[in-house]
Amino acid sequence: MYGLITAISLWAIPVIIVFISIYAFFKKVPVYESFIDGAKDGFDTAIKIIPHLVGMMVAISVFRASGAMDYMLGFLQPVLNFIGVPSEVFPLAILRPITGAGSLAFTTDLIQEYGPDSMIGRIASTVQGSTDTTLYVLTVYFGAVGIRKTRYALKVGLISDMVGFAATIIICMLVFG
Amino acid sequence: MVNLIWLFFILIGFIVAAAHGNIAVFSEAVFDGAKTGVTICFSLISVLVLWLGLMRIAEDAGLLKKLSILLRPIVRFLFPTIPKDHPSIGYIMSNMSANMLGLNNAATPMGIKAMEELQKLNVNKETASPAMCTLLALNTSSITIIPTTIIAIRMANQSMDPFEIVGTTLMATAISTTAAIVVDKWYQRKALRNE
Repeated sequence: MYGLITAISLWAIPVIIVFISIYAFFKKVPVYESFIDGAKDGFDTAIKIIPHLVGMMVAISVFRASGAMDYMLGFLQPVLNFIGVPSEVFPLAILRPITGAGSLAFTTDLIQEYGPDSMIGRIASTVQGSTDTTLYVLTVYFGAVGIRKTRYALKVGLISDMVGFAATIIICMLVFG
Repeated sequence: MVNLIWLFFILIGFIVAAAHGNIAVFSEAVFDGAKTGVTICFSLISVLVLWLGLMRIAEDAGLLKKLSILLRPIVRFLFPTIPKDHPSIGYIMSNMSANMLGLNNAATPMGIKAMEELQKLNVNKETASPAMCTLLALNTSSITIIPTTIIAIRMANQSMDPFEIVGTTLMATAISTTAAIVVDKWYQRKALRNE
């Protein structure tokens, strides 16, 4: 299975690109012109996201650099320790939805310190791999089309993150326990 | 809710920095954050330009339409408000497929394109429509089959079995995506009733 998975992730992009181009060519699509036509929107879209992403990154950066995030993690630790799961991974529950780079750095730290094949390393790997950075996805996707009122979208994202985190711990304890 | 979280981050950050007697860190972090935001957007440019170009080829060749016909039942269930044969469906489906394959930098442009199509259907242009919220829910919980980044980190740290977390990741992602769909459905029904 390992060979298959590496092969898929290696081949996916080249195969997709070649398949789309060849298929389109046989359908008599002017491939290069089509490409240019679609691609020219890319720049504008990226620029449109800037205000949204700057706004969000500033808030997250202040929260982390001031030490506020560490306090928040400190407050929650005793509550979470109670359940009997390695408490080292709990900061991830808060980091993961907020900052992709931050949680990846934290996961890497845990893997280096406790080893990739420890329970902590396995749980951290699974948390990192199984969900996306909710706040970032919301900012980019809604920012690109100018949505300001996000309605219930953030709540749905955060609830599913919590469910995913709890599920990860239970699954890892059962599978690797 | 986003407003509250934003305010919370800034205010608590200010209070903690002040209490530590280290207010300098506040302004430093503000400009650092702004720079990170712009840097990320700039790194998105190449990815967006490339994939939006390729997606246009796929669209002109009728591939996106084929994909949406193939997966129509899923779309009807998840996005009841999108009219049949709407162009957003092809983009939503390619966004989901890219997510599943772990092609993160392809998934984002396709998701944004889908949002643009959904925005055309949206009545109130500044407020997210239920369909937009569903698309977002699917992306925040991200249906991953191959978590490539984390496998690479495990390999770099001499894991005996870097792939052993593929199974647990798959289960966890299935559960969190199911949770996202269920919670989203609940809010979606409420929102559609009120309209």
